[in-house]
Amino acid sequence: MSSQGIGASVRRTEDMRFITGRGRYTDDFNLPRQTHAAFARSPYPHARITGVDTSAAKDVPGVSSVLTGADMAADGLGGLPCGWLVKSKDGSDMKQPPHPPLAAERVNYVGEPYAIVIADTPAAARAGAEAIIADFEELDAVAAVDQAIHAATIHPEAPENRCYLWSLGEEEATNEAIEAAAHVTSLKIVNNRLIPNAIEPRAALANFDASNGEITLYTTSQNPHLARLILAAFVQIAPEHKLRIIAPDVGGGFGSKIFVYSEETAVAWAAKRIGRPVKWTATRSESFLADAHGRDHVTHADLALDADGRFTALRVRTTANMGAYLSTFASSVPTYLYGTLLAGQYKTPNIHVEVEAVFTNTAPVDAYRGAGRPEATYVLERLVETAARELNMDPAELRRKNFIQPEDFPYQTPVALEYDVGDYEASLNKALELIDYKGFPERKKEANARGRKRGIGFSCYIEACGLAPSQLAISLGAGVGLYESGEVRVNPTGSVTVYTGSHSHGQGHETTFAQIVASRLGIPFEDVEIVHGDTGRVEFGLGTYGSRSAAVGGSAIVTATDKVIRKGARIAAHLLDADLDEVDFEDGIYKHRSSNASKTFGEVAFAAYVPADYPNDLEPGLSEKAFYDPNNFTYPAGTHICEVEVDPDTGTVEVVTFVAVDDFGTVINPMIVEGQVHGGLAQGIGQALFEHGIYDDFGQLITGSYMDYCMPRADDLPSFKVDTTVTPCSHNPLGVKGCGEAGAIGATPAVINAITDALGIREIEMPATPERVWRACKTAAEGGQ
Amino acid sequence: MNVTLTVNGSHHAVDVPADTLLVDLLRTELGLTGTHVGCDTSQCGSCTVIKDGVSVKSCTVLAAQAEGASITTIEGLGSADDLHPMQAAFRECHALQCGFCTPGMIMAAVDLVRSAKANGAALDERSVREGLEGNFCRCTGYHNIVRAVLSAAAQMEATS
Amino acid sequence: MSRFDYHRPNSIDDATRLRGQHEDSLFLAGGQTLLPTIKQGLAAPSDLIDLGRLDDLRGINVSAETLTIGAMTRHAEVAASAEARKAIPALAHLAGLIGDPQVRNTGTLGGSLANSDPAADYPAAVIALGATIHTDKRSIAAEDYFLDLFETALEPGELIVKVEFPIPKRAAYAKFPNPASRYAIVGVMVAETKDGIRVGVTGAGPCAFRCTPIEEALAKDFSAEAVKGVAIDHSRFNSDLHASAEYRGALVGVMAGRAVSATG
Repeated sequence: MSSQGIGASVRRTEDMRFITGRGRYTDDFNLPRQTHAAFARSPYPHARITGVDTSAAKDVPGVSSVLTGADMAADGLGGLPCGWLVKSKDGSDMKQPPHPPLAAERVNYVGEPYAIVIADTPAAARAGAEAIIADFEELDAVAAVDQAIHAATIHPEAPENRCYLWSLGEEEATNEAIEAAAHVTSLKIVNNRLIPNAIEPRAALANFDASNGEITLYTTSQNPHLARLILAAFVQIAPEHKLRIIAPDVGGGFGSKIFVYSEETAVAWAAKRIGRPVKWTATRSESFLADAHGRDHVTHADLALDADGRFTALRVRTTANMGAYLSTFASSVPTYLYGTLLAGQYKTPNIHVEVEAVFTNTAPVDAYRGAGRPEATYVLERLVETAARELNMDPAELRRKNFIQPEDFPYQTPVALEYDVGDYEASLNKALELIDYKGFPERKKEANARGRKRGIGFSCYIEACGLAPSQLAISLGAGVGLYESGEVRVNPTGSVTVYTGSHSHGQGHETTFAQIVASRLGIPFEDVEIVHGDTGRVEFGLGTYGSRSAAVGGSAIVTATDKVIRKGARIAAHLLDADLDEVDFEDGIYKHRSSNASKTFGEVAFAAYVPADYPNDLEPGLSEKAFYDPNNFTYPAGTHICEVEVDPDTGTVEVVTFVAVDDFGTVINPMIVEGQVHGGLAQGIGQALFEHGIYDDFGQLITGSYMDYCMPRADDLPSFKVDTTVTPCSHNPLGVKGCGEAGAIGATPAVINAITDALGIREIEMPATPERVWRACKTAAEGGQ
Repeated sequence: MNVTLTVNGSHHAVDVPADTLLVDLLRTELGLTGTHVGCDTSQCGSCTVIKDGVSVKSCTVLAAQAEGASITTIEGLGSADDLHPMQAAFRECHALQCGFCTPGMIMAAVDLVRSAKANGAALDERSVREGLEGNFCRCTGYHNIVRAVLSAAAQMEATS
Repeated sequence: MSRFDYHRPNSIDDATRLRGQHEDSLFLAGGQTLLPTIKQGLAAPSDLIDLGRLDDLRGINVSAETLTIGAMTRHAEVAASAEARKAIPALAHLAGLIGDPQVRNTGTLGGSLANSDPAADYPAAVIALGATIHTDKRSIAAEDYFLDLFETALEPGELIVKVEFPIPKRAAYAKFPNPASRYAIVGVMVAETKDGIRVGVTGAGPCAFRCTPIEEALAKDFSAEAVKGVAIDHSRFNSDLHASAEYRGALVGVMAGRAVSATG
């Protein structure tokens, strides 16, 4: 392994600009004659708009125009689509009500924008937005996911507020197995609503160039090409070739910047309409109201076991909150990213899952770090841990007994997926060792002597990354393919510029992808530049989400790099006067096998662009591209173990030790991979202990700022113990699986399992706030729950 | 109103509305976009700068309050050729991912080391975690930030 | 166009005169609460009168009996002050728990007390230590100062100049922070003063108050054990999404016990 090749913890290229304050985020861009936008937003969760008076707003000094939802409708703009058509179990299509970027007739959640105000300064724009006088006729609203079907209908297209009723697996066989089981563990499980909170708020800056009719939109996007496709094909802001989207440095996404939102759409539309650049940057308060939220499920689940503790069936009934509209990928999250994961790491022969997706008068809910997989893992790992306690079995041993074994791969689950490879016991064993499982009883005793209740909790998760292949996904309702593009342009001097459709908003692609290409081509790491996030420079791409970048984007780059190597070999063969099959390429040198004569990669590149001595049948130049479409998901998996200590007097939970052992397949940059795990763990622990997006019964968001939405801080978290095991992915050229979401998937049930263990209780709702834990302690002390 | 102040060693005189926040003066008037805004309730700490020797949240200071002050932003802390030990440690320890909270986090960390030294307190993991209470990071889980601050603190101690 | 005019007086007289001239004006101390409040549109003063140049309002002085802190002294200065740490370590400790480091570098004692947030930390100390609040017009005893939610005895335009804290025999502060905002859900200072045991509680009620039942229990037996089982009437306590009144009631006892233990 070279110091900068695959497997090396190369320090990141992108860091130099970030640590010196020279990153370029969307809000850092400014254009001549730029104006500023602010949005008028609904104060009501559900209301009919009966009039919008913009005259006072237009009189605010500095305000140049006020555009409403009616103006947008009159311009013939389309609505924001949902990109995944899910079918109900009766075969009918999901209900997809229209989602106008600016509301014209009705508002369906607090914070929904219905007008955009353009002014000389951000302050004037905000003052203008406040000066709009709108009349609303309030309607009954519903916020809670489990009350939606009994509430007033939000969209006439969706009776009983039902979007779809989806199912997967064998219902009858599952029910029969449950009836016949020696033991059934049943739980009601609430997966709390989360608000993503990337620290950079969403922003947009749009410019219309009248000379060529092109709109350029700088925006905080995880997948600029998808945004362009949607804005061109569905919203019809501009033809695709007249729309350029630049997602420069982006300050975190966690899913929330995948989607095409109202505000960015309205900004692009307004810029063309007024003929001046328009800029908007969300305040955090706006982010809370109008970013897509995550999770928000209520589930009833039953796990059946035989007398030996083998899982015989799993039945899951989930109601999932979609919010007021279907966000870009909302429908896929509680279905193909959730139901399909319910086998976990176990050989459960019968699984049936039914998901009812409902509309409520809340912000749209869509993918948030893990997207469906954390919800599935939480259901399964809470059930398994509870079953172990009910059967008085060691939770690690119950899991071990039910694991899919290495010789079982490829393993077809009862819920559609075929796992290619894995070794679940290897991760479990390593995690047990790292946490010193044998020493736990002693630690518990010691904590008890200090008045603390100590508990341990497990989570053995699996996830499916790199959603694929495209043909299968499209047959299941996906509106786009799920491949990725990569292009490797070799410059005449031998340096290389790589264009990827993946998008880095913290993942470190400029480093990792350069490691891949440099090691493959045998050239210095510094000679490779990674370009991403600009539809004007990168051919096409599907962006970064679902831990897909290395597995899909990286594989595309490998494929393109190998094409470069193959073309280079033809040039080298000519230069070396050798047959093609006599030329080997290693460490950046084409070598004639018999004569040992050689040409460096740089010499070959130069020859490609200055073809003085060159094969007659070959085009000049050395630049190749590839679209890589995986033939299966990748399946990262691992074991997370958490130890907590509870202060029973106050209910405070301290995460004392957290061990994560993950199998991500081949690791390209261990430093970056560990960093991804750390961040995911913080979000997973955040869900378990701190974070909760709460709407009151009237549909008002009451956790609308950091005063009330509890973000994990440095002093809330421990240092983590992370390690890996490796079973390389069997079907991509790098053997990589993906690491971005694992922490957020695995951590949450481990924490809750640890708390319930510490207190000797069966259930506690997330987040396990001090008051909830204090009450649980009190109840337990008063004689059990 | 007129505000004169020193930013990263350069003297500036600007004319801004009285309700201009220091962060807006830095970003908009002076083009120092390394200082970021991540919230509107003075909590995330992305806008942290050093004002007259101590860390402040520049979204919660009026530009007018900085009259005559000396401000250091991330751009003035160290350059690519001559990184401040805290900047170098953040890179070495992989204490940043998306980079958005990073400038504020680094400025807060620099002040944490300063104040610990002034108070004669040695920094350890716990005190670093508590000392970063005013800064959110959503990417790193703080693990590597804590490592970086401890490493930089040792470095700053050794070279001071 | 600015939402307010800004003034930077150089004397207390100029400051109070300006405040009198502009009916809808407000004093600006550290601004750590006021500026976010204005940004959120929850306050809209016509004028801000910045007290930042009034050096007479800053400083920490110790006499045999009292620790006097200027209204514009920042939390970080109190927390780090050798004099304060020697005279009333509990107060320096409390100051070091307010907000976060950046807030402590800017926020001031006077600003905190004038605002009287029900969850601010300083009020617990003012009550427990029996401090005297000196304004430009008069002196106000701790018990007379906090009236209700965000309501104090200050007259409109009255300016806090300094706060005089009698030095207790011993004291300690225990805080249970709101996990999100880091304000106090409950903060309790327990002090043994020359007038007996005083217990100041912040966070629990609409404003800081003395907790008599705990004081009585501690007067009999100054131990953490003595606090256990003391009934706290939480019927008028705050209740919000972070903590119910009942939970706050329980925390008052727990934090009082911890403060007692911390007095050593």
